[in-house]
Amino acid sequence: MSFLVVRGLSARLKGDGARLLRGVGLSVAPGEVRGLVGESGAGKSMIGKAVLGILPQAVEVTGGEILLDGTDLLTLPPGERRRRVGAACALIPQDPLTALNPARRIGPQITGRLVDILGWDRARARTRAEEALAETHLPDPERIMRAYPHQLSGGQRQRCLIASAFVAGPRLIVADEPTTALDVTVQKQILRLIAEMQARHGTALLFVTHDLGVVSKVCQSLTVLYAGMVVEDTGVRSFFRAPAHPYSAALLAATPRYTDPGGSLTPVPEAVLAAVRAEVAARDAAAEGARHG
Amino acid sequence: MRLLRAILLRLATSAVTLAGVAVIVFVVIRVVPGDPVSMMLPPGATDDDIARLRAFYGLDRSIPAQFLIWAGGVLQGDFGTSITNRQPVLDLVLGRLPATLELSVLALGLAVLMGGVAALTGTRLRGTRTEAAIDVANGMALSVPDFLWGLVLVLLFGVIFPVFNISGRVTPSLDLPFTTNFYLLESILRLRPDLVADLLSHMILPALALAIPLAAIIGQLLKQSLKETMHLDYVTLARTRGYGENHVILREALPNAILPTLTLVGVQFTFLIGGTVIIERLFSYEGLGNLAIDAVINRDLPLIQGIVILFAVIFTAVNLIVDLACVALNPRLRHG
Ligand SMILES: Nc1ncnc2c1ncn2[C@@H]1O[C@H](COP(=O)(O)OP(=O)(O)OP(=O)(O)O)[C@@H](O)[C@H]1O
Ligand SMILES: [Mg+2]
Repeated sequence: MSFLVVRGLSARLKGDGARLLRGVGLSVAPGEVRGLVGESGAGKSMIGKAVLGILPQAVEVTGGEILLDGTDLLTLPPGERRRRVGAACALIPQDPLTALNPARRIGPQITGRLVDILGWDRARARTRAEEALAETHLPDPERIMRAYPHQLSGGQRQRCLIASAFVAGPRLIVADEPTTALDVTVQKQILRLIAEMQARHGTALLFVTHDLGVVSKVCQSLTVLYAGMVVEDTGVRSFFRAPAHPYSAALLAATPRYTDPGGSLTPVPEAVLAAVRAEVAARDAAAEGARHG
Repeated sequence: MRLLRAILLRLATSAVTLAGVAVIVFVVIRVVPGDPVSMMLPPGATDDDIARLRAFYGLDRSIPAQFLIWAGGVLQGDFGTSITNRQPVLDLVLGRLPATLELSVLALGLAVLMGGVAALTGTRLRGTRTEAAIDVANGMALSVPDFLWGLVLVLLFGVIFPVFNISGRVTPSLDLPFTTNFYLLESILRLRPDLVADLLSHMILPALALAIPLAAIIGQLLKQSLKETMHLDYVTLARTRGYGENHVILREALPNAILPTLTLVGVQFTFLIGGTVIIERLFSYEGLGNLAIDAVINRDLPLIQGIVILFAVIFTAVNLIVDLACVALNPRLRHG
């Protein structure tokens, strides 16, 4: 039974009505890591934001459902939705430099939610936060708790954010390109850490990335997105063995394999792009027809 | 340690600034036309009388010589004697200072309160008509200077709806137990709500006149910084943690958005203190500003010098306090 199930999720810009998500469906089960890939602007982050309820004000959901543990978040009143998401989910953001409040110490930024939203007492929240920091292999958690973000390195801050995400045994984590803002050497450590924490807590993890090398390392399943439309939904093994959709195949070919860094880079062929664009257009026409019919 | 050194350095530069101010004021008020002595004597006074009186006040010497005598006195705490009141300048000035301080601080408090509420409400209700209304009100408050607000307030709450006093600092017929000139502070400490009410009824209109333009500036700037801060990642992250709008604005955005506003408030507060000169006159409020205008009208040179120096000291102190507050509120400055 999947903890997160997204069905037919559509979203568009309020202004010109441009479609951003086109009937997206995906699911993540406890303990599963699902990769969400696609080129820049495909709508990967938008899906994560829709799940967590932090879509930009300019974007509106026009249809579909987001089932969290069986409850459709889109039908809940805003306060109730916020509390549910706050209690069960967490986000590991892209840029650790901007994701911590510069005016507050690390400790309260981690424990605040435990006390305010989950109703823990302060002492327990504190102990657990230090424990979570230790789980991320940060030395001297007590000192980290007292530090301000500017006193920590980028890698340390990302560890703090990971500790914060896993601190209350979350059921679902959305990680939105959690390593792209980091140094290459730090990237690997952080990636390993996320995988380790996810396995320990048995969390459902939605992993947004455009790096198929990363997908092959940490994910079990994979959703390929193009222009807000799901192109392929498959297991990682079968994907790397034989992608089902021509666009996925082209994407795979276009990625410099981490196993073969010198390999040539082939851009997605024009014919493949034309075909997938036609698919998108057909889906839009169908949606339009359904609305008027 | 670093902080202490910075403060000492600031005090040293402030001393230089004050010395410069003293020189400029001293020279300027002696060069502009108008002679205190000829204004004091009746029209029929002989040249001989005038000369004797000038010598009595030391005005017959050269300007540098006068300055040295005056500066020597100042360094020993003697600011000279007022020509019109025949009292020590320092006593006169310090006697009036509390009235002006209380008025300025009350005005500052009102400005922070009104501006803060406007900015927070505008942020909370962004994109609604309330936000648009707040923007319009801000613009109006900004485009009218404090003394015009004073006239408007006198007309509204002194004449048309006479609910507040428009003249003086306190009703003289009341039993006034004061031992200091900090009337408002003392009334509060003595637990005398009747006196507090009477004082506030006199102070509220001049304070509002001073506060409205500053409130508008605070409201606009704070709202702008809040707006920018609300889009930052850590605010978004707080939302995913289950926090609602109020917490997000007050706990996550405000502590960061407040810093640029604070710096500006420091500068603007000194303008507000400058504004008391005209506002006190308008409301016949017995403070430094009113004294300053009398001193200028009477060409009371020692008194003018004393008042200007005192204003300069206050401005310097305000700037220092604001800088310290910025350090205290900004962890990046506090913990290097
Ligand atoms: N705040 C916003 N207002 C309007 N449109 C937006 C906003 N944020 C994103 N978009 C649009 O939504 C689409 C999807 O954006 P999204 O951020 O999900 O892309 P992405 O797949 O995460 O790309 P990347 O790999 O570059 O992060 C893009 O076309 C983008 O232009
Ligand atoms: Mg993205």
